[in-house]
Amino acid sequence: MTLFLASLAAVISSIVWYLSKTARILHIGTLALMLWGASLMWLVDAIHEYITLGAAYFTPNAKVMMNDAFLGMSVVVLALVIWFVFVLIHDPMHVIKTRS
Amino acid sequence: MACFIVPATEAIVTTVASKKLNHTLETKEDTLGNYYIKNMKTLNTMLWGGSALLLFEHIWHGEVTPFFPFFTAASSPAKLSAMFHEMATVGVAMALLVTFVWAVLTLITYKMTHPKTSPSLEKVHS
Repeated sequence: MTLFLASLAAVISSIVWYLSKTARILHIGTLALMLWGASLMWLVDAIHEYITLGAAYFTPNAKVMMNDAFLGMSVVVLALVIWFVFVLIHDPMHVIKTRS
Repeated sequence: MACFIVPATEAIVTTVASKKLNHTLETKEDTLGNYYIKNMKTLNTMLWGGSALLLFEHIWHGEVTPFFPFFTAASSPAKLSAMFHEMATVGVAMALLVTFVWAVLTLITYKMTHPKTSPSLEKVHS
């Protein structure tokens, strides 16, 4: 579930990066790359777990799935926070610089 | 347990390497090798971002703690051995996969941005 949510967020941010010029100015590519990096790493983790557990990997119990879903959502939020801090530091649209 | 340590270590190495290599690049032509060096920022972002998010996952699962020795696996020699085994297998595989994907993407974008011109066409244009 964590892999799924991180990959979904990576795909969405990549599509936004491709379609929107403003998003590219706002360094959304950095967010997409962070999420792709994490997704690839979790993919390796998932393959390792599949080798260890076999088909049982695809049938987790509700508690594990719920925990993984919360983790996945938290990971996406954390990635958004890191990206937002990155945008504030770089201030590509000069919002902070023009205010002061 | 601590698989993210391997990509994080690679991130440190590639960040230092890209800074040093980019410094020596300024006057050289746009070859594939130079293009890879210029594009190392992408690899760094993937490795740093991925490692940071995986660190969060490990904190979530209680495998990393904010106090010494920072890894719960370090509490016993057996767990420590398992941690090193995981780093050597899963961790190395993570670092290799991210690097491989970056290498392929960089090659594709290089081919797209530097279309090969045939010698006959060059003659026509000249």
